[in-house]
Amino acid sequence: MHVRAFLLWLFLAPGAMAQGFAGLGATADGFALPDPDRVLEFPADHGAHPGFRIEWWYVTATLTGADGAEYGVQWTLFRTETAPGGGEALPWQKPELWMGHAALTTRDKHFVAETLARGGTGQAGVVLDPGFAAWIDDWQVAGLPGADALDAMSLTARGGDFGYDLALVAEGPLVLQGTGGYSVKSAKGQASHYYSQPFFRVTGTLDLPEGAVAVTGNAWLDHEWSSQPLAPDQTGWDWFSLSFETGEKLMGFVLRDGGAGFVSGTWIAADGTATALPPGALVAEPLERLDVAGRKVPTRWRLRLADRGLDVELQAMNPNAWMATTVPYWEGPVTISGSHSGRGYLEMTGY
Amino acid sequence: MTWTALSALMSHWRRHPLQLILMILGLALATALWTGVQAINAEARAAYDKAATVLGGEGVNRLEASTAPLTMQDFARLRRAGWPASPVIEGRDRTLGLRVLGVDPLTLPQTAVPAGMPGVGAGDLADFLAGKLGYASPQSVGVAVPGVVLKPLPDLPPGLVLVDIGLGAQLLGVDQQISALLMDSVADLPGPIPAGMVLKRGGAELGLSRLTDSFHLNLTAFGFLAFVVGIFIVHATAGLAFEHRRPVFRTLRAIGLSSRLLAVLVMVEMLVLALIAGALGVGLGYLVAGALLPDVAATLDGLYGASVPGSLSLRPGWVLAGMGMAVVGTGVAAGGGLWQVWHLPPLETARPQAWAKARARMDRVQAGAGLALLAVAGGTLLVGHGLYAGFAVLAGLLLGAALVLPWVLARTLRSIARRARPGLAQWFWADARAELPGLRLALMALLLALAANVGVGTMVGSFRATFTGWLDQRMAAELYLNAESQDQAARMQDWLAPRVDAVLPVTLVERDLLGQPGRIYGVVDHATYRDHWPMLEQVPGVWDLLHQGKGVLVNEQAARRSGLALGDPLALPGGEVPVIGIYSDYGNPEPQAILGIAAFQARFPEAKALRFALRLPPEAVAGLSADLTRTFDLPPEAISDQATIKAFSLQVFERTFAVTGALNVLTLAVAAVALLASLLTLSGLRLPGLAPVWALGVTQGRLAGLEFARSVVLALLTAVLALPLGLMLAWVLLAVVNVEAFGWRLPMQVFPMDLVWLFGMALATGALAAAWPAVQLYRRRPTDLLRVFASAR
Repeated sequence: MHVRAFLLWLFLAPGAMAQGFAGLGATADGFALPDPDRVLEFPADHGAHPGFRIEWWYVTATLTGADGAEYGVQWTLFRTETAPGGGEALPWQKPELWMGHAALTTRDKHFVAETLARGGTGQAGVVLDPGFAAWIDDWQVAGLPGADALDAMSLTARGGDFGYDLALVAEGPLVLQGTGGYSVKSAKGQASHYYSQPFFRVTGTLDLPEGAVAVTGNAWLDHEWSSQPLAPDQTGWDWFSLSFETGEKLMGFVLRDGGAGFVSGTWIAADGTATALPPGALVAEPLERLDVAGRKVPTRWRLRLADRGLDVELQAMNPNAWMATTVPYWEGPVTISGSHSGRGYLEMTGY
Repeated sequence: MTWTALSALMSHWRRHPLQLILMILGLALATALWTGVQAINAEARAAYDKAATVLGGEGVNRLEASTAPLTMQDFARLRRAGWPASPVIEGRDRTLGLRVLGVDPLTLPQTAVPAGMPGVGAGDLADFLAGKLGYASPQSVGVAVPGVVLKPLPDLPPGLVLVDIGLGAQLLGVDQQISALLMDSVADLPGPIPAGMVLKRGGAELGLSRLTDSFHLNLTAFGFLAFVVGIFIVHATAGLAFEHRRPVFRTLRAIGLSSRLLAVLVMVEMLVLALIAGALGVGLGYLVAGALLPDVAATLDGLYGASVPGSLSLRPGWVLAGMGMAVVGTGVAAGGGLWQVWHLPPLETARPQAWAKARARMDRVQAGAGLALLAVAGGTLLVGHGLYAGFAVLAGLLLGAALVLPWVLARTLRSIARRARPGLAQWFWADARAELPGLRLALMALLLALAANVGVGTMVGSFRATFTGWLDQRMAAELYLNAESQDQAARMQDWLAPRVDAVLPVTLVERDLLGQPGRIYGVVDHATYRDHWPMLEQVPGVWDLLHQGKGVLVNEQAARRSGLALGDPLALPGGEVPVIGIYSDYGNPEPQAILGIAAFQARFPEAKALRFALRLPPEAVAGLSADLTRTFDLPPEAISDQATIKAFSLQVFERTFAVTGALNVLTLAVAAVALLASLLTLSGLRLPGLAPVWALGVTQGRLAGLEFARSVVLALLTAVLALPLGLMLAWVLLAVVNVEAFGWRLPMQVFPMDLVWLFGMALATGALAAAWPAVQLYRRRPTDLLRVFASAR
């Protein structure tokens, strides 16, 4: 999956902290619920899904400069409905909020920007016509018209002291997470609709305080929507998106609940064939907790997947990749070593 | 030695406590009025600053529309181009009587967030965004905004509610229109300022303070007038104290006290008195301001939509200013006496005759100066313009007339004395003239107070008469109705059509007119307008031309501010139109224009008609209101009848001038005290003049009666002179000051009954002030008079 930092609830209702991270465990009264029988259709499903409480478009990229320096880039657009049935609303009163997060990580620095918008004004949105575009302010991920609108895209965002402008070209198919894009998030049946495009090849430019840097690398896009992805007792999650040098990829997550947690994921072959991992197959073990922004955050992990002969260690490229946003969390690039090597992204919430 | 001298000086006050009381009272009253006005102004200014800093303070820049109004689309377009712009809706909810400020907390620049307002991340934000929570100043959290909980935020000005932009748009009945876009930094904008927008940098002067400036200048002028009148009292009492203590000064100098030390001692004494009286005056001023502030607040709110708290806080600014004025005033009032003390020859003897002669010469010099001032006032009236010129005319007129007064009175009394029968009558008039030098200052104060009363009374009366007539014309419809939506408006219109004589939709847009925020109305062709609209100037066939789209009507304010005359083109969105009529529009600071409905709709297709004026027989109003309320489930504020609106408007009007009236009465009171002080001063001095008359056989009772009559006659003569002065004052107020301050000129009307009443006031003032000295004279032991007669000083 990609139970990502969907955070708006925290700032909307702090009481919701008692119900899972950022209120994601709150009940979904009145909102649409994910349907296991639903077949995702594209490009329609690239767009927004009114009726669902939360939705996000999420891009992470692991990049390398001409001098071999490594970088990570994050671009996220969250959409949330604050009340069910927000169709008929006066101007400015659509019960919908948008939030954008952008980050750029180097070995020793982590740049973060956040921007917020209310729905219905045009300040933020997602459209499919004339081509796919998701934006908030002047941050945008926009594709060209085509059978799959995500084939070729541009990705831009900027903060006070950084920015990036990247071109993304898909070199593989879309991957439906879970069962046909229905991703279960707890033993109690919480779930979301979730698909990814993990095969982007990236070229572009990063704007750093020192100047512009030309980069190349890989990017991974997730699109997920739901109304209640967490069970009430789930307090946070650790999420991994890993690209191995073999061309294979792994998406995995741990939903922490004070007990064993709920662990799941998808093994993605180099040709894009996705296999949902059975419960318990993936074992994720934090190895080292560092003091980050006053919290103990595990920045080194051991991941094992016996079926695939996988036993790797993940090391945060920059342990201080703390997202000091409205609702803070950790998100940054990791380096993979062990049975497989490669690079990936790690997200940890609820610490 | 110093101590002995000081206690000798001070013993005077012990022996004449009344003088001490008058001295302190006069100074305290003068300081009180001045301080009160300053306190009110300070409070208002603080409120404006607060209003300005809510969203216009340092570091908050505004993008505003220069042509068409800004909309949600402009906001989204700029955001997508990378502008750090945040939308804001400002306006006045007339049914709630509140200023509404709608913001978008998600994009609001940090520099613009009022202190204490929870930002993004705080728990209240969800309720705020949902329109369930708003903020208001602690004084205003009690107002009822339906469905909204108001929390106090001390940084907000009173009368303003800060709400989410969604709720704000709903309360103000605007659709996608916004008032401005706020930005914190403009250092690194992604592009040039878009066409149709202007950038206003933070901290720039707000229209509000400019609008209300004239009002505060008015108050300040009044406060100063009161202060000047008060200083007359202090001068009179200080003069008395110096006169009485001449022997003491002489003795002190004779036994070796240097003139310098004596002057210093007297100065210290005066300073102490000034500080005591100043403190008293500041305290009194605080009470005066506290009593007047609610009215001032209501006035500013009604007239300019400016919110000022109804309660007063102690500010060091006006406290210090009040004390300073008390000290300076004492210095001015006692300066002459001090100078004399300094230069007093040790063996000075009384020279009343020489003194009187010098005084007569001085009167002529003073009268010359007065005439010069009057000439300057006249000249200013001819060539000057602007509010300050208006006040300059007022000041010149008042001061000039006051300076001329003693000379005019002296001439008048002399000519009367010449015509009087020899004997007691002639003595009466001649003695009145002899008394004049001692009373001149008090009479000047009385003249000023009376003239101010006549002037302001006439102005307010003229204004009231015009305003009431105007209300009758303007509020011709019997019932006014507000719909919530276009859909409801349409249903209402259908429902109303068979039930009333006429449904007149009121369509309007808020646009910049002649560079100021204003309103443009579209009106239908109906007899209600043709027969009743309060036109000041119009071209022939104005209504036909209007409905053919061949012209526009503007209100008087707009015409005056921009010098528009009939036939001049007015720039409107969609092209220029000639002005074909100018109408009066009191109580409204904004420029306004009226188009025929067809022309209006062609220019502003987006405008919605949500308000209606209904014509129906007056006796059917109550029934129809009830039916309307029931049928459409209307809130009470959706319907207003003519009588209620008129009553409300008149109430705003009365409150506007309540402050002026109160200051007026206080000024007159100060003048009365001044007269009393002077008469008391004189009563002792005049004994040598009265004793011979008594010795000739006029009884003490008769003498006292004559003394009383003399004071009343002097007051009456002053009142006669105050009358033309007051009417001139009224004319300047109506034709110059009002035009500058409010943008309208009013016809002057004279109210004889008011003037008669004022004569009564003058008589009463004179009588009240003269009664006590006359009684004192009556009660004097004959031996006093005998001794005075024998020693002749």
